[in-house]
Amino acid sequence: MPTGLGGAVHTLGRVAAAALAVRALEKRYGRIQALRGIDLEVGEGELVGLLGPNGAGKSTLVKIACGLIRPSGGSATILDRPAGSPAARAALGYLAELFRFPGWYSADEVLSLHQKLAGSSGGEGERAELLELVGLGDARARRVEAMSKGMQQRLGLAQALVGSPRLLLLDEPTSALDPVGRRIVRRLLEELRGRGIGVLLNSHLLSEVERVCDRVVIIQRGEVVAAGRPEELSRPRGVEIELAGGVRSFPDASREDAPALVARLVGEGERVYGVRALAATLEDVYLQAVEGDTS
Amino acid sequence: MSAIPTLIGYALREAVRRKVFVVVVLLTILFLALYWLGATKAFEEARSFSGATDSGVDVETLTGATLFGLSMFATLFLGTVLGVFLTLGSVRGDAERGLLQPLVVRPVGRVAFLVARFLGAAAVSGLYAIAVFAGALAITVAAGPWRPDSVVAPALELAAGVGIVTAISLLGSVFLSATANGIAIFMVFGAGLVSGLLGQIGEALDSPTLVSVARATSWLLPFEALYQDGLHRITEDTRGFTEIALQLGPFGGAQAGGSSLLAWSLAYLALVLGIAALAFGRSDL
Repeated sequence: MPTGLGGAVHTLGRVAAAALAVRALEKRYGRIQALRGIDLEVGEGELVGLLGPNGAGKSTLVKIACGLIRPSGGSATILDRPAGSPAARAALGYLAELFRFPGWYSADEVLSLHQKLAGSSGGEGERAELLELVGLGDARARRVEAMSKGMQQRLGLAQALVGSPRLLLLDEPTSALDPVGRRIVRRLLEELRGRGIGVLLNSHLLSEVERVCDRVVIIQRGEVVAAGRPEELSRPRGVEIELAGGVRSFPDASREDAPALVARLVGEGERVYGVRALAATLEDVYLQAVEGDTS
Repeated sequence: MSAIPTLIGYALREAVRRKVFVVVVLLTILFLALYWLGATKAFEEARSFSGATDSGVDVETLTGATLFGLSMFATLFLGTVLGVFLTLGSVRGDAERGLLQPLVVRPVGRVAFLVARFLGAAAVSGLYAIAVFAGALAITVAAGPWRPDSVVAPALELAAGVGIVTAISLLGSVFLSATANGIAIFMVFGAGLVSGLLGQIGEALDSPTLVSVARATSWLLPFEALYQDGLHRITEDTRGFTEIALQLGPFGGAQAGGSSLLAWSLAYLALVLGIAALAFGRSDL
């Protein structure tokens, strides 16, 4: 999996431009500092989860990346092109947190409009494929106003994929989806990774992020407070051993300590029924990183 | 810029779906029906008016020009309503509803988006103003013997005036939400109307200050100057006591714009759209 901290991503000896590279990014709204020098990178084919409490600056970051907001400092580039430039916008797909399509458009017409605006020559074939991908193959002629919120969100995803973007910026793409819809999106994201599309996924659904993302970046009050692979962020939380008299916890022990602990307990005459090595979930890591901030 | 026709079609389809056109067509039919009734009755009364010959005033000219002048104001107002409703929520309003963001992240550019919105709205509302002008003209000609001294230029000036209000509305939409923008634009339109009335009062009282203020305001809001010039043109060849009598009515505010009015109007339009493009390009969505 391509990762990198420099301006380029190294893959198999060649140097490729990062799908998204954010350097020392700052944004001020009057006296409010929304972003305070954020560094972040999404490689091609990499799925990065962006987490943080409400007001942390996640949506601001995503909006700067797609040119809807101008940064106060630092830089954001998409495939080495300045964010907001026509070339950068041609390379990305975006699903806003709050979006709406005209209610009188059918799903097919929404995609057709965006094909024209994106300069896509995919035609009917691309539209049919995208609707199939998001599970709306049967709703091609259905008007947006007759769709559930979840269906509209999946249509939004299909819209973001028009024109085969190299980077996908998704702001809360599963907030209105039921479990089946979430599974469809999860599979879609995995397929996009296989196609080499970089994805920045802004979400509050920690379990979703943990399941699909290659890396996670947690921001709070406009700063990165934790970043890494989900398994790197997880820390051991000790070992629990189930005995005849109940469960005994060894909070300072690691998974490697478990055999010795079991041998010691057996030696002391205890009967061991089960052993569990505990690790912090992404939720634990997140809560620790943001220190309970729910603003 | 190849996306402009697509965006124009998008905007017009949105207007059709929001039933703007249905409301405007119904209002227009109502207006033209009332105008036909008023014109017919007014010319009937004018024909039976016995004092006309004695005063030297051509009563049918006075009646026809006054009626048609009022219809021009109604045409400007209806065209403005259409132009404003097609543009009042184009930027901030659509951004607040989440309709704008998916469109402007596409590589079409914000300037192309604004140009498309303006062209679509100005073309529809301008053509509409010309159509209502033609309808009112046909009714006036059918109801009485009076004919305007000029027809094409006043019609185009009304259309241009509507286009300028549409551009101001588009500019307002960059800064204001749809409701606030709608209120602001109709207040600007009202300010233009007040300046015309001030000019009329100034002429009647022979007050140079009021006339100067009215003239400066009408140039600051050139849709008013275009309307006044159009009003002036429909009676530009009328002379004698009839001309004096016309000055006492709505034609008191009619002023010839001169050759610089067209150039100023075009420059004003470019300035308004330029500021809108600059502000939209720099605004956070």
